[in-house]
Amino acid sequence: MTPPDTTPPAAFEWRSIQRGRRLRPLEWLVERGIFAVSLSAIVMVFLIFLFVAREALPILFGRMDSSVAQEQMTVEEMKALPEAEQARLVDMSLRDFREEDPETIELLLEVKAEEMQTIPDDPDIGANTVSWRYLVFPHQWTGYDQPEYIWQPVSQIHKYNIVPLFIGSLKATLVALLFAVPFSLGAAIYVSQLAAPRTRELLKPVIEMLAGIPSVVLGFFALIVMASVLQDFFGYQSRLNALVAGLALGIAIIPVVFSIAEDALTSVPRSYTQAALALGSSKWQAAWRVVLPAAIPGVFAAVVLGFGRAIGETMIVLMASGNASILSWDPLDSVRTVTATIAAELAETVFGGHHYRMLFLLGTLLFAVTFVANLVADVVIHRLKKRLEGLA
Amino acid sequence: MDTQTPQLHFRPDPVDPDLGDLRVKSRDFASLFFTGLTGVATWLIIALLAVILGNILYHGWDTLSWRFITSNSDEDMFDVNRAGVLPMIVGTTARIFLMTLFVLPIGVITAIYLTEYAKRTTVLTRIIRGAVNNLAGVPSIVFGLFGLGFFISFVGGSMDQFLRAENADPLWGKPAILWASLTLAVMTLPVMIVATEESLRAIPPGLREGSLALGATKLQTIWKIVLPQALPGILTGGILSVSRAAGEVAPILFTGAAYYMSGYPRALTDQFMDLGYHVYILSTQSPNIEQTRPILYSTVLVLLLLTFTLNFVAILIRARMRRQMRALH
Repeated sequence: MTPPDTTPPAAFEWRSIQRGRRLRPLEWLVERGIFAVSLSAIVMVFLIFLFVAREALPILFGRMDSSVAQEQMTVEEMKALPEAEQARLVDMSLRDFREEDPETIELLLEVKAEEMQTIPDDPDIGANTVSWRYLVFPHQWTGYDQPEYIWQPVSQIHKYNIVPLFIGSLKATLVALLFAVPFSLGAAIYVSQLAAPRTRELLKPVIEMLAGIPSVVLGFFALIVMASVLQDFFGYQSRLNALVAGLALGIAIIPVVFSIAEDALTSVPRSYTQAALALGSSKWQAAWRVVLPAAIPGVFAAVVLGFGRAIGETMIVLMASGNASILSWDPLDSVRTVTATIAAELAETVFGGHHYRMLFLLGTLLFAVTFVANLVADVVIHRLKKRLEGLA
Repeated sequence: MDTQTPQLHFRPDPVDPDLGDLRVKSRDFASLFFTGLTGVATWLIIALLAVILGNILYHGWDTLSWRFITSNSDEDMFDVNRAGVLPMIVGTTARIFLMTLFVLPIGVITAIYLTEYAKRTTVLTRIIRGAVNNLAGVPSIVFGLFGLGFFISFVGGSMDQFLRAENADPLWGKPAILWASLTLAVMTLPVMIVATEESLRAIPPGLREGSLALGATKLQTIWKIVLPQALPGILTGGILSVSRAAGEVAPILFTGAAYYMSGYPRALTDQFMDLGYHVYILSTQSPNIEQTRPILYSTVLVLLLLTFTLNFVAILIRARMRRQMRALH
């Protein structure tokens, strides 16, 4: 057997040409500039992480205290405190506090003092609900029968348990994947392996058109049309739930999963199929037993990317999921996802306060999840392409 | 005996032998069944697309009038007879135009580096590509948080501090069309890069080599030979990023979109009304959803017409480009 032909394509030589005939200082400068700009994508990913995480840092390091009030004080007593303490009392950063005019500060302190006097008799009042213990573990809140996971930031005691939000996100994402993956995979196999070329040229752009529908339009469609149709059909209780949101999410990720899977299937060398057909298999058998196994990492990557897209989608879940943070695995219950929580609550928060920082913490976690998903998919696709190119 | 070697008659083999041309009869039931099943899956997806678009077109068409498109809703944006979407169309157009100013040069330059300079195998190239792919997958709401944390509070806040320290109320450090556009530019950067790269790759290396042989420098070749050839592809990339950005709502929720404002954005620091955000408002904040349904549908239709026209143009240019590429290679 002769070794595979590894002669690099002609573009390779072009790339290694440094500067053509002459070396001009100006051109050298411009080329350095081009290089610098090309790093923008790396810089941006880095900045996104940095600046989203930055706002969440006080919570991560346990520097934030959301306990309602530890003691009762008068305004005069508060003013006697050091500046940093006062800033903490009115939920401001020290810099903002210094820039604020004294009258506003006095007003805020008065409100705080009043708030301190009207504290109800609740043992949870002193709890710092933004510490990790309260964020991830169930807690026995006053008035509840058993320890529970609760996300309830706008109440007297700010309950910030992130578990119901992530379960909600996973629930909607799971429904979306169960719906979208079989359809997109079937379509990818059909379009790349089975359809006649003329049909394929037509089908591919049409399916990709689905990607052109903005997510707010899909959210609208789910809210106005799908929710009613599905409720009439299944007759369940809450009109907006994880099923409706998940199906709409599924529609949103079909083009993603389809494109990547189709691309992976197409990049399997033709010789594979030709060999299978020559041995007497049908086109379906060749696609299913030869091409699909060869492209399976790509299919995996497609599903991972679909997962990342679904868990990060905002407008659809914000509009069609019902937005009640109920902890359950029943797809017919209303859900509140991480993304919808950020979108719905950020506008109402105090800038720099613990609620504001909690939402940035959610954003950081979400970014971490999708970053890992994207990275895994990227590496898998890259390896697959390299392997198939070597074999082609 | 004939000593001549037998002539094998192949069809002239195209560069890309197409399997679709092969007619292989399915011999067993399972093959037929599964072929049919995947076909059904494909057509169901298309049917779904048709249902969504058909539903919106059917319900949205009635209230879509010239008056609706060209008037603003100073009176009441939930009033079926008086509401208009002109401010939203203006706002959305303005923000995607601004965005293009930022994303186009950065995207094109990055693509030039990746196709013309970067060696395919180095670690750095891999990292840049990985970052581009990763950027494409960052959730849109995280871009919103980034816009708020970086552009508004860091960049805008610093600008206020240094440029207008004597003034107490922030000018730059608050939601504005500039920050929304910049956030969207970061978001659509991968779309721009990938599309431009594709069009640069489609240019035959012979053109570059010819130019070099005639004594041009590499940069002159790129500027005078490669880029003009790649223009349709760059245009496609621009249009695709614009159509992607036109419908995005999550990134602009906190960075500049206004629930309601009278008049139009006049400065970079003004807020703006937005078509997509307006769809969200109409479908979730309406006092009477049944009554406002007609304007909701029409607003959705306007938004879809905007994004689909852009998409369609991009697809046409791209299809033509791919044909040309096949002809050249």
